[in-house]
Amino acid sequence: MSANLLKAKPKIINIGLAQFADTIRQSGAEAIHLDWTPPAQGDLTLNKILLELQDDYDQIEQANSQAIEKVLAAQPVWIDVGPALEMIPGFSENTVLHAGPPISWDQMCGPMKGGVIGGLIYEGRARNKEEALALAGSGRIEFAPNHHFGAVGPMSGIITASMPVIVVENQENGNRAYSNFNSENNRKALSFGAFDQDIQDILNWQRDVMAPMLGAAIRKIGGLDLKGIMARALQMGDECHNRHIASTSLLLKMLLPTLARLDLPGSRLAEFGDYLMQNDWFFLNFSMAACKAAMDAAHGFPHSTLVTAMARNGAQAGIRVSGLGEQWFTAPAPPVRGIMFPPFGEEDANPDMGDSTITETFGLGAFAMAAAPALVQLIGGKVADAIGFTKSMRQITMVENGSFSIPNLDFAGTPTGIDLRAVVETGIHPKINTGIAHRRPGYGIAGAGITEIPLSCFQEALKEFAKHHSARS
Amino acid sequence: MKGDGTLIQQAFLRKNSYQDSVKLMQLTEKMTQLPGVTRAFAVMGTENNKATLTRAGFKPALLEGAGPNDILFAVETGTKEEGLRVWEEYQRALEQETKKDEGKAQVSAASLKSASSLLSGANLSIISVPGQYAAYEAYKALREGLHVHIFSDNVSLEDEIKLKKLGRQKGLLVMGPDCGTSILSGVPICFANSVRRGSIGIVGASGTGIQEVSVLIDRLGAGVSQAIGVGGRDLQDGVGGITSIMALKLLDWDPQTEVIVFLSKLPGKETLGEIRKHLAQLSKPVVVFFLGYNPNEQKGVGQRAKTLEEAAHLAVSLSKKESGPLAFQRDFAALFPRETLDAVRPGQYLRGLYSGGTLAGEAYYLAKKHLQKIEYNPLAPSGHAIFDLGDDQFTQGRPHPMLDPQLRSERLLQEWADPQVAVILLDVVLGFGSSPEASSSLAAAIEQARSKYGGEKIVLASLCGTDRDPQPRQKEQELLQKAGVFVLPSNAAAADAALYLCQTERSNL
Repeated sequence: MSANLLKAKPKIINIGLAQFADTIRQSGAEAIHLDWTPPAQGDLTLNKILLELQDDYDQIEQANSQAIEKVLAAQPVWIDVGPALEMIPGFSENTVLHAGPPISWDQMCGPMKGGVIGGLIYEGRARNKEEALALAGSGRIEFAPNHHFGAVGPMSGIITASMPVIVVENQENGNRAYSNFNSENNRKALSFGAFDQDIQDILNWQRDVMAPMLGAAIRKIGGLDLKGIMARALQMGDECHNRHIASTSLLLKMLLPTLARLDLPGSRLAEFGDYLMQNDWFFLNFSMAACKAAMDAAHGFPHSTLVTAMARNGAQAGIRVSGLGEQWFTAPAPPVRGIMFPPFGEEDANPDMGDSTITETFGLGAFAMAAAPALVQLIGGKVADAIGFTKSMRQITMVENGSFSIPNLDFAGTPTGIDLRAVVETGIHPKINTGIAHRRPGYGIAGAGITEIPLSCFQEALKEFAKHHSARS
Repeated sequence: MKGDGTLIQQAFLRKNSYQDSVKLMQLTEKMTQLPGVTRAFAVMGTENNKATLTRAGFKPALLEGAGPNDILFAVETGTKEEGLRVWEEYQRALEQETKKDEGKAQVSAASLKSASSLLSGANLSIISVPGQYAAYEAYKALREGLHVHIFSDNVSLEDEIKLKKLGRQKGLLVMGPDCGTSILSGVPICFANSVRRGSIGIVGASGTGIQEVSVLIDRLGAGVSQAIGVGGRDLQDGVGGITSIMALKLLDWDPQTEVIVFLSKLPGKETLGEIRKHLAQLSKPVVVFFLGYNPNEQKGVGQRAKTLEEAAHLAVSLSKKESGPLAFQRDFAALFPRETLDAVRPGQYLRGLYSGGTLAGEAYYLAKKHLQKIEYNPLAPSGHAIFDLGDDQFTQGRPHPMLDPQLRSERLLQEWADPQVAVILLDVVLGFGSSPEASSSLAAAIEQARSKYGGEKIVLASLCGTDRDPQPRQKEQELLQKAGVFVLPSNAAAADAALYLCQTERSNL
């Protein structure tokens, strides 16, 4: 029982008045003084909620441990490639998926509109920008977030019916996740709002050449374990969100023998090689689908405060929580701090956009920054900053993921599983790595950098969680 | 100063810079000494604090815009420039103080989790954050497997009950809320004195009660094994003495403890029965002191003490296994010179100006038995009165008199000016946590009162402290005696002496 208190001098953690810690040290006992500030920046409503949730602490902890167990146990395997219409359940000819929380056509930002224009031209539904704009605004197109279809896409995240998608199966749980193919080999990628003929050429080539080839290869291989590739890449300087140099190479290495044996006609393999030579981000979409497959398995535990999605649509950032069903909690999308690629300046930057923050939701990306110190150069940071990023994310996450160990942190696991309560209490924003789109349609990539999901998303979600919770109990 | 004598109110903000209230208030007390300042307050901009400032006469419009994470500095001066100067001076002082803290090279941690990993084997958390946040921190500490000592007050009774039940379930002590004192394996927690280690264990629902008894045990040549504070409300029905019962069992088990002292206000009706049951089950001798309760009516177990002084004497006798006196000698006729005795005229009053709540309570109950009428914490005293100046009604926005003597010095001057007042009774609580200037500032206030108002008052005090305290008792006693204060060996003795002076027919009490 409580006898351990009296057996020796107490070892003390002091919270509040520093003088009490001084007294204790003077008398020869050990004490650590906590650098305390009021939880939730002193907001009384939020403090009341945090306190009330203590009544259901065991129930929440139990739900969280079930949910996080699903995250840790996930086995995302790339199993197939095919058109969105065929691969993604519920997809129709008129469906256009986009990144982030729900948004109507008229509210979309420039680069997302650019992606929609490019997608409609690609589908043959419009011959030019004007026709595409008219169709998009006609009400005949069904816009929906990727996340509602088990899908994710970087930046604008536009997925249309005939676009080939990567199919990832979480073999632990049986659920599937999808992503489009990366086309960031060109500063003018569709995902960043470009839609001109160059973009159309890439999309057509992806559909007609690359996708059938990769589909045949992966079916022949019988599936590739993406978690393994990500774990190795993490030890090679990638963080699986904004740096994919190692993972892209590893993926090619694993595909190459099978691709070579497919007896592809003409120069197809060489074209794929050329494509990869120009694209250091090729693995990003695989990483995202893998993360989505893991996080979806953890969604829907009624009492869980685990954040299962964070995404931005260029106008708003939003999150979803395991115990709060399909609801999104949104706030205006934040600006991105980073470097702009010439000739662009900060005035050209669109606010934050994309589903790629699913990687941070899964404990990678900026959460694994210590593994990829090269990236802090985007904000003029030092190696210590990269390590600091990862360490600070420990304060808002539930566990360290032993599958992803970081050499720079003595092989500690990546901080994984954002706890809604911890974000609200500490006021520590989840950090994210991201690209920067030009704010006008048609321009493409304007820069890259680091930003944070706004706190108010989490605060609103916690208020809703408390409401649900008191209604249930 | 403006010609018409109107005072200028101003408020200043420092955004997003949390500081604890003690630091804020102590620095503010210094600011009130600056030229032109009539009043100054520094608080975090919570709704509660803003309401306090509004009650103190500051216009609500001035306070708008301050949030709970902002320092709000409200000042009343003769001129606008003076106000601005004080604010600048305050910020300078605050920065200096903050630097001093950083210079102490103490390990600090950002979260309870990281603190636990930095200090392996950590088993206790002391929580002294503002009341509205204290329960949450206590929950977190309990979840980390730590015992908690909650110094903060203003924690709801409901939260206290929940925390104590959770603690009991986990085998962890929840000492407090509003727990001023513990001594664990010789380590003083919060406000405590440097007392000899020994075989007497104390469980107490009162901080200054524990301090007084532990100090007297030390002075009587014995020592303290453990002193466990339980918080002022632990014995209320509802809480049901959860921590007291755990602590009593713990001391009954503790091999170092041979005698147990149990101090409290009178427990709630149901709790009293529960406590009696547990006291009866103890294998070790126990001394019980219930504040304000007549021991003659007290049916129960253990040795019953009338005063804290008696509790200490009884415990020491039991630990030495020999009978001894129940109190210090009270030869007041010999103590006071003739002219002192003659100075108190009929119709003059006693005023007790206390910093320790239980000590004030003890004096009040002793006085009640001997004086026809005595008031406790009256707004406008009309006769004999005892004040607990640490009570909320006096401390609004100002530091507790044990932390900073300023508030009591002001009160002393006020009482001195009253020709109806003949006897002033004081406690001076020494030890860790208490102001290093407790006695010197009282002495200064007495000198000031004498030169300002003339006349002679009889000032009586007891010093709750030992010679090993940061403010050695002997030195403090000499300081007070030099200022003409009669120093008595215990609070009960000082109160008895005061009553002796105020009674028409004097007999040693």
